[in-house]
Amino acid sequence: MSVPLLAIDRVRKAFGGLVAVNDVSFEVAQGELLGLIGPNGSGKTTMLNLISGALSPTSGNILLSGQPIAGLAAHKIARIGVARTFQLVRVLPSMSAVENVVAGAVFGHNRLWGGEALTLARELLARVGLKGREEIPVAAMTYIDQKRIELARALASNPHVLLLDEWLAGLNPSELRIGMELIREISAQGRTIIMVEHVMDAIRSLCQRCVVMNSGTKIADGISASVLADPEVVRAYLGDDDDA
Amino acid sequence: MNIPRNELLAVGAGLAGAAVLAFLPLVTEGFWLSVSVNIMLYAAICTAWALFSGPTQLVSLASAAFFGVGTYSVAIFVDVLPFPALVLIAVAAGALLAILVGVATLRLSGVYFVIFTLGLAELMGQIVTWVQTNFGGTIGLYVFTDLTEAHLYWMLLALTVIVFMTGWLINRSRLGLALRIIGNDEAVARHVGVDTARARIILFAVSGAFIAVAGAIMAPRYSYITPDAAFNPMTSFLVVIMALLGGTRRLWGPLVGVVPFTLVMDFISGHFPNQTAVIVGIAFLSIVYVLPDGVTGQLESLFRRRRPTDHSLLATAVEEGR
Repeated sequence: MSVPLLAIDRVRKAFGGLVAVNDVSFEVAQGELLGLIGPNGSGKTTMLNLISGALSPTSGNILLSGQPIAGLAAHKIARIGVARTFQLVRVLPSMSAVENVVAGAVFGHNRLWGGEALTLARELLARVGLKGREEIPVAAMTYIDQKRIELARALASNPHVLLLDEWLAGLNPSELRIGMELIREISAQGRTIIMVEHVMDAIRSLCQRCVVMNSGTKIADGISASVLADPEVVRAYLGDDDDA
Repeated sequence: MNIPRNELLAVGAGLAGAAVLAFLPLVTEGFWLSVSVNIMLYAAICTAWALFSGPTQLVSLASAAFFGVGTYSVAIFVDVLPFPALVLIAVAAGALLAILVGVATLRLSGVYFVIFTLGLAELMGQIVTWVQTNFGGTIGLYVFTDLTEAHLYWMLLALTVIVFMTGWLINRSRLGLALRIIGNDEAVARHVGVDTARARIILFAVSGAFIAVAGAIMAPRYSYITPDAAFNPMTSFLVVIMALLGGTRRLWGPLVGVVPFTLVMDFISGHFPNQTAVIVGIAFLSIVYVLPDGVTGQLESLFRRRRPTDHSLLATAVEEGR
């Protein structure tokens, strides 16, 4: 591994006395698909919020291609090249599908305008499986289709790093299969992705490597298969034998 | 990007309509011209108000503050500068005040923003009163010009046209798209790379500057300017009521509210001067309850229901499903 695309260096986030992220460090290589897992409340989403600029860290550094981004405003980080989806899907309800995606193309890292933005938005909608439904108001779409819109919007900015916050949550089994295939395709095209996920099958089959957090600290980092078999990781998810 | 044909047609029709309206002072004077000045005044202010409050969904009660700042820009300098220069001063003063308020209220949303802007008009009025009693000697200022009612009408008509053209250009720009995204979901706006603070402040400044110009143009009509009249909070309330009556989803929405409301208000304040405030209050309540999206919003949804297309059927299905 040469210079990592994204380096998280002893990042800490405290909300008053509660330390949600406790001096966590890890690196993400160009083109990698990293799983970020852990039980509820372990600080995964906080970690994503720190990277995307929704929150600013109490201490520590975040470097994107060597450039410090920790503590910058979210819109600046978006322009530098980080795009995300939200844990509870957030579309722009009064706008059509294609307008939702144009939003990402116009203001994000890509900064396209007019016809170019529109063309890209249509391409991306086709890629996420919404061809022919460009003009439908997103408020009328199903949950998975709204998730597709969010993904297309994030991709439209052509980000260096794509953050997926439980993008697969809430999908039924057949939708899950489609969703996983979509992430696999995007990753195969060379996009660097960090996915926070509870769906272990997805982590196992999509992510070579994963980072495990528990109570704000990193407890494991490595090849997914071995990390998921790590006794400490199992204990974090299932509790001690004594408790059981 | 090419300009769509229907938008060009709308712009052409609007300009033609304005050209026809410009002849009005030649065919009528007295009462109807004075009513027309009122209509033009509120057409300009309400449209300018909706430029900001429409997309951001932030109800501003600062109209009276901007209006008063414009009026006083004229009142203070009317003896030393020509009228066009006074208008430019009003533009600068309105924009400056809006930028200051914009920076101060960046983190305020919903009702906190409403209260802040309401207080602003009162604060400006009090400051002017204080300055005048301590340094000026008198509370009021005289504004004597050669401008007739017809001149005011033409200036307000020109202002309305400029406000509309500006609104149209903003809608077609990155700023317009940014504002629509902010109005939908501010967190998403930030994460797709929209500088939400900058967009909000720019738009508030544009809107405030236009309202200040309206105040400047109206100053000659009052001839004796007092803080109570210039910073009258009623201006702010009337602007909100008319704009909401018309609807703020479309650029021309407020106009639909302004024309009937001004006519009715004129009748009411003429015939029932003591009950005016009560009637305005009731009108406000009924608009909010009966027509939350305004007349234009209501007509649009009626129109959509009558001509069901694929997507509106879907939308209805979703609504029923809830």
